[in-house]
Amino acid sequence: MIEIESVSKSYGGVRVLDDVSLTIPTGGITSLIGANGAGKSTLLSVASRLLPADGGRVRVDGMDVATTPGPVLARRLAVLRQENAMSVRLTVRELVAFGRFPHSGGRLTAEDHRLVDEALAWFELGPLADRHLDQLSGGQRQRAYVAMVMCQGTDHVLLDEPLNNLDMRHAVQMMRMLRGMADELGRTVVLVVHDVNVASCYSDRIVAMREGQLVAEGPTPELMTPELLRKVFDVEVEVHELAGRRIGVPWS
Amino acid sequence: MRRRRGVQRWHVAVALGALALAAVASLFTGVSDLTPTDLLDPDEAQTRVLWTSRVPRLLAILLAGSAMAVAGLVMMHLTRNRFVSPQTAGTTEWVGLGIVVATLSFGGTSVFGKMTIGVAFALVGTALFVWLLQRLVLTDVVVVPLVGILLGGVVSAVTTFLAYRFDLLQSVDVWMNGDFSGVLAGRYELLWLVLAATVVAYLWADRFSVAGMGESFAINLGVPYTRVVMVGLAISSVVTAIVVVSVGSIPFLGLVVPNLVTLAMGDNLRRVLPVTALTGAAFVLVCDVLARTIRYPYEVPVGMIGGVVGGVLFIWLLLRARDRAV
Amino acid sequence: MTAVLTASQRATRRRRTLLVLGVLTLAVVAAYLTVDVTGSWGYALQQRGRRLAAMAVVAVAVAVSTVLFQTVTGNRILTPEIMGFDRLFVLIQTVGVFFLGAATVTTTDPRLRFAIEVVVLIGFGAVLHRSLFGRTERDVYVLVLLGVVLGSTFTSLTLLVSRLIDPNEFLTLQDLLFASFTSVDRQMLALSAVLVALVTLGVWRLLPRLDVVALGRDTAVGLGVEHRRVVNRALLAVAVLVAVATALVGPITFLGLLVANLARQLLGTHRHAWVLPGAALLAVLALAGGQLVLEQLFGFNSSLGVVVNFVGGIVFIALLIREPRQ
Repeated sequence: MIEIESVSKSYGGVRVLDDVSLTIPTGGITSLIGANGAGKSTLLSVASRLLPADGGRVRVDGMDVATTPGPVLARRLAVLRQENAMSVRLTVRELVAFGRFPHSGGRLTAEDHRLVDEALAWFELGPLADRHLDQLSGGQRQRAYVAMVMCQGTDHVLLDEPLNNLDMRHAVQMMRMLRGMADELGRTVVLVVHDVNVASCYSDRIVAMREGQLVAEGPTPELMTPELLRKVFDVEVEVHELAGRRIGVPWS
Repeated sequence: MRRRRGVQRWHVAVALGALALAAVASLFTGVSDLTPTDLLDPDEAQTRVLWTSRVPRLLAILLAGSAMAVAGLVMMHLTRNRFVSPQTAGTTEWVGLGIVVATLSFGGTSVFGKMTIGVAFALVGTALFVWLLQRLVLTDVVVVPLVGILLGGVVSAVTTFLAYRFDLLQSVDVWMNGDFSGVLAGRYELLWLVLAATVVAYLWADRFSVAGMGESFAINLGVPYTRVVMVGLAISSVVTAIVVVSVGSIPFLGLVVPNLVTLAMGDNLRRVLPVTALTGAAFVLVCDVLARTIRYPYEVPVGMIGGVVGGVLFIWLLLRARDRAV
Repeated sequence: MTAVLTASQRATRRRRTLLVLGVLTLAVVAAYLTVDVTGSWGYALQQRGRRLAAMAVVAVAVAVSTVLFQTVTGNRILTPEIMGFDRLFVLIQTVGVFFLGAATVTTTDPRLRFAIEVVVLIGFGAVLHRSLFGRTERDVYVLVLLGVVLGSTFTSLTLLVSRLIDPNEFLTLQDLLFASFTSVDRQMLALSAVLVALVTLGVWRLLPRLDVVALGRDTAVGLGVEHRRVVNRALLAVAVLVAVATALVGPITFLGLLVANLARQLLGTHRHAWVLPGAALLAVLALAGGQLVLEQLFGFNSSLGVVVNFVGGIVFIALLIREPRQ
């Protein structure tokens, strides 16, 4: 469970997060949606202690992220940012193995090796395991990063725009894998997503933000309404039911 | 006519006034007693000091300062990069290598020999720099001068090696460090050549402007791009070679002055060029007066003062450029 | 495209590479000690041994500091020397002599003197790190150019200040500044060796965390590494190591850049546990081998730094030209 209590954050006088309070329950996929600059990524960064908050606090399983020692938190919560340009040249296996660092501090045990193999298999990276990251396509690389985060073996996984740079096939594949992590492995997955329909089709809960504030949160079907989407995105959106899913279609 | 960023005639007038004042200060600074009132009734010694030392020194400073600043301005336009100048393209270091080679082949006496070989090396060096630029994947505003500076470092390593081998290390230090204390009548006259080069640069200013806008732009306007670029770079190289051979190098002079002037006045080359020349002269003049007074009665080479002042200004320009870009 | 190797094949290859490097280094060391000894063996071994020890200390210091610095800054073209650390060290010493006088400086306990110098370097590193690094990741080239200009300004300032110093005091300063492998003080060498050993041991305990820090700040924090603490410790180590190396033999700008990149290339990994020993061996190899060749083939004594800068400058330019921006 992630508890966010009246968190605020400003950049150079601009308030990016304004007194946000939110509880993300254990289990399932929660998607943060909102227009550009609504504060989704910032909220994710604050919740994962990549950014310090100006006010308020965030607790993961009751532990304050600002004061909990890094290694302890890293065994409870894993995070992946959007930009992951690395200056070092690693193979896929080496990268994924770093996911075990919070547990083994760099000296991999047999158990660690097994978990690395498992993560590689889960994300269908086995054949690519000994390739260098710079030899992969954008979609494969993205999968490798998410595999590292999964390999961290945490209950909470926070991902910022995991579908960035992925084409339709790879995006669907990625969402299926994340869905599996939530359903089969019981992880709590939190995503920042800019496509409402991805959020609608794959997540259990939606958190909608606008201009640094929380607009609404709740189970996906409740939030996929024309009224709410208009409020969040400032665009008229029709919501249609298609094969049991709610799909938003913007029009003007 | 548009007046950009508020630079007006009177600004130029003030700058000219300041330059004149500094020039007068320069004339009357030195170990031998010479005050303005002495000019009314100079004795023989004073006349000699004035005409063999002070006036030539002032002229050398004005010529070298203005020409180096203009050389930098032209180079900056032609490479379309405001951090490229003879001192960040390795040109200065090539001249240094040329001087050492000349000394080794002709002995240390022939100024003309040094100059010829210095000019040749400067031309080759600048050509090499341009050739490297065309091979650069990143024609980034910062990578280009970086490559130039490093190239200069490599060349000066060769120079140092040769100098070490043939026991010229101390002479090289003296040659390379900008210093006007050795300027006497009969020893600086080559510098008048750079005045000619500066005038040519002024006459061609519009062509350089057009070439600076890019090859297709230039061809569209009927300007022979390659030829203009070659002439411009040749002017910069020749000026650099003559100045370094005559008085040594003043680090970053050709970079800092054009940058400051274009910051204030915009990029219209014809308009900016005269002011750049004046500012360059004033910059060197002030540094030289400082160099002569900071440890009076001894002199410090002006290149060291220029290196500190120029370096600090360069850093400021870089930080400023970066903050703008962010 | 390179063939895909499995993890264990890679490890075997790495081990072999490191072994070959070790054997080569031993061979060069043996050759350096024994080639062409005339006269007393005891005396020759003692002399050469001391020189070799100095080289080893400097090699380890330069290699470790460069690798750490590159990890912390997340970039493989930055080195402490390129950012002007070593020039600053020289400047501090000069300024010290200027303000306190040579007598005070030389009679101060060398350990205290060294401590003060290291503190200033750490301060400089902290300022650089806080104000320049990490603000935006793309402005590395601005940083490099900034460092180069800083270095050049520090040098100008050093020259300037040393001119202001009394000539007699200047001699003392020269002894302090222009050290070379041939004139290393025994006590200083012992102190340096101890310092380098201590720092390297301290760094060894950081290695796994440094591997993670190399992945970038966010990933490192996400993996539970106390990023800032590791970075601070690494910068502390860098400051001490640079100070030691510079105090022993003066600035050798490009050595670190050469060996750090070459080590990563040869070993095909970024793991510090491999790269650090590899880079250190390469540095010993470069210094001892270079000195051997220069002494035996060309009969030179102290121009190794010039050769390193020549080769290093060219490699750096090649890196800049080839490296596409991310």
